Amino acid sequence: MFRLEARTSTPAWFNLALPLLAIAATLILCSGLIALAGARVVEAYGVMFSASLGDSYAITETLVRATPMIFTGLAVAVAFRAKFWNIGAEGQLLAGAVASCAVGAIPMPGPLAMLLMAVAGAAAGAAVALVPATLRVKFKVDDVVSSLLLNSVIFYALMALIEGPWKDTFSGYPISPPIEDSANFPVLMEGTRLHVGVLAALVAAPLIWFLIARTTLGFRIRVTGENPEAARYGGINVERVLLSTALLSGGLAGLAGVGEVGGVHFQVMSDISPGYGYSGIVVAMLARLNPLGVVPAAIFLAAVMTGAEAMSRATGVPAFLSDVIQGTALLAMLVALLFTAYRIRRVGVAR
Amino acid sequence: MSAPLIEMRGITKSFGAVKANEAVDLSVAPGEILGLLGENGAGKTTLMNVLFGAYAPDAGEILVEGRPVTINSSADALAAGIGMVHQHFHLAPRLSVLENLLIGIPGKSGRIDRAGGLARLAEIGRQHGLTLDPDLPVAALSVGEQQRLEIVKALFRGARLLILDEPTAVLAPTEVDGLFAALRSMAAQGLGIIFISHKLNEVRALTHRCVVLRHGRVAGRVDDPANTTSSEMARLMCGHEIVPPARGPSTPGAAVLTLDGISTSRHSGMALRDVSLFVRAGEILGIAGVSGNGQRALAEVISGVAAPDAGRMTIAGKKVEQFSPRAVQALGLGRIPEDRMTTGLVTNLPLADSMVLPRIGTEAFSRKGLLKPDAIRAFAEAQIKAYDIRCPGPMTRAGALSGGNLQKALLARELAFDPQVLIVSQPTRGLDIGAARFIHEKFLDMRAKGCGIIVIGEDLEELLMLCDRIAVMYEGRIAGTLDSADATIARLGLLMTGAGQTEEAA
Repeated sequence: MFRLEARTSTPAWFNLALPLLAIAATLILCSGLIALAGARVVEAYGVMFSASLGDSYAITETLVRATPMIFTGLAVAVAFRAKFWNIGAEGQLLAGAVASCAVGAIPMPGPLAMLLMAVAGAAAGAAVALVPATLRVKFKVDDVVSSLLLNSVIFYALMALIEGPWKDTFSGYPISPPIEDSANFPVLMEGTRLHVGVLAALVAAPLIWFLIARTTLGFRIRVTGENPEAARYGGINVERVLLSTALLSGGLAGLAGVGEVGGVHFQVMSDISPGYGYSGIVVAMLARLNPLGVVPAAIFLAAVMTGAEAMSRATGVPAFLSDVIQGTALLAMLVALLFTAYRIRRVGVAR
Repeated sequence: MSAPLIEMRGITKSFGAVKANEAVDLSVAPGEILGLLGENGAGKTTLMNVLFGAYAPDAGEILVEGRPVTINSSADALAAGIGMVHQHFHLAPRLSVLENLLIGIPGKSGRIDRAGGLARLAEIGRQHGLTLDPDLPVAALSVGEQQRLEIVKALFRGARLLILDEPTAVLAPTEVDGLFAALRSMAAQGLGIIFISHKLNEVRALTHRCVVLRHGRVAGRVDDPANTTSSEMARLMCGHEIVPPARGPSTPGAAVLTLDGISTSRHSGMALRDVSLFVRAGEILGIAGVSGNGQRALAEVISGVAAPDAGRMTIAGKKVEQFSPRAVQALGLGRIPEDRMTTGLVTNLPLADSMVLPRIGTEAFSRKGLLKPDAIRAFAEAQIKAYDIRCPGPMTRAGALSGGNLQKALLARELAFDPQVLIVSQPTRGLDIGAARFIHEKFLDMRAKGCGIIVIGEDLEELLMLCDRIAVMYEGRIAGTLDSADATIARLGLLMTGAGQTEEAA
């Protein structure tokens, strides 16, 4: 017989070991599905790896895909640190995309356009995140439910926009007008899609780490998340911290949308995000809410996504496997987190 | 005496490198009340958790009436006739007394046996004087009644051995008498009882025999507690002599904290009704009372967490205009919270974070929104050294520290800034004698330095030892204030139950 016993401390190497353990468990669990789909497991994972990380072009593609997930991962990590349960990064991303697209369509000098796109996108994301945060602070409305449901509201608002006023009159497709060419984000490497937003994401992660670890706002976020009562008694305005966190989190998620518009699609359409906002939750959990860990975690998920498409072409395994891997990785990580608080013990017979 | 009801032989239990229990032998005979003594971390709770099935021992065996048993869960323990009343009750507040009793009891052919339950409840009530209204929801019961329900629950499930973990910590003196009468009645009918407590006078009054644990081992056994002095038992517990600190005379100065007609309404728990009091520099004012009579509201108002609806408060002669923790702290108030874990510390973050929490926005620990990690660390390290806080370092998770060390850390974080007024609630609840002694000394040091201290507490002996004056709260009011020279446990106890009113000695 086995039982769980409470742990008194968590060793530091768990921070690295647990995500790796979760990923290993995920790949093992999903290999059953690959076999079921009639492919050879080793071959399938091999194609997945080489197509996502096997050469420099593949790596740039993976980084481009990782970028929105770095932003949404940071958004979720910041929010969850304060125990503001922001499940709404998806909607905040879409709001950021719409706002930056609207700004990018206005003719103006390129650098100014890009700056204003970022500002508008972040502000739109922040405004959306403020809704569940305000409802929670003022009326104690559950933020999981409100932020999650708001995603659908934003998504259908976006649909209304591109099926209505923004609809392409020439082709009749539900896509927005493109942003100005001058507002397209510069490409960092000739012949790839590696845009300047990728660099911004890689810089954002250490900045957010610094904010959490080294500023009074970060201190207040951490304390509020871990023990709001102690924070309140310690003179921290818990409500204000939650609202600030929401602004920060929503702003980051909004930037994910900005990067997709300015660097990848140059317009808004209904499938501009294949669920990057939700993937951000997986990313943040794999990173154990550490902003620096968000980067490798996002790259892992991006590699799975790009790799899954190539694997599907090569072996016939449906590309949906990428979604299964994501979901399994989240569950595996949640189970792995159990080991931070508990250890498994064999119960000896007391004889 | 007859064969032991329960016998634990050679129980050893380790957590990593720490041996929480080592070769502990313990037995309880039918009709016997056994005292289990020991400082915090001595292994009392671990031992009882082994007996109640929460932990499996690494070595050793448990015998019930001479038969070896394996106890892997509380269900096994209950089946073996062992019942436990924890410090924190395990009751469903919205369900009635009877429903709580019947939780987990198989009914008759799928139906709850209400009539049978009522009959048993009445029978247990008659036998031991443990009467309860079966239809009242648990939320409506007092803490003492909830404890009574926990005891009845254990008896209802056929417990022949009852473990009580610090049962008197939550009770008023009169309620303690009732509890002891019930326990004696149960013992007289052949039940065994293990009574865990820090309060040596209670152990001496109630138990037939004591086992003292220290560092996980049996440090001594006391066969005649009634005729053993408290200091002898304390020496067994700590391994050395403990002398209570002496409170010298003091000449109080000007009032450093005044409350004038303070009332609150929108408040969880008992509200304050027209409370006036003062504390002078260099004196300690005790606030006694059965818990739930407005002490919490009083502490919240004074700490600036809750604003009163009416009345006036001054700190160091200045009127408090804005009730917020930061504002009252800026006026010179220090606060040591009642509940270390919930309102004092952040258990999942490094100890250093908790130590700077109330002053994180000040120049000492941050500048223009940027933390000063070196200053924070240096402050925590200095306090760890000055207060002999036992921990691996300032970056240790606060939750990993023992209660006594956490209380020292909270004391250090306030006293480092020389408050003019200090408010503390239950300063030594759950602490062992050595740690409590240290805390008391610090209060007396602060008093000598001219700090005005308010101690909210339920342990009357502690208040009598520490305080210059003691005010008693009853139903949100100050029922009376006594100079500690005139105060006795009996007089305070009377005020605490609202029975006698004395003239304000203010």
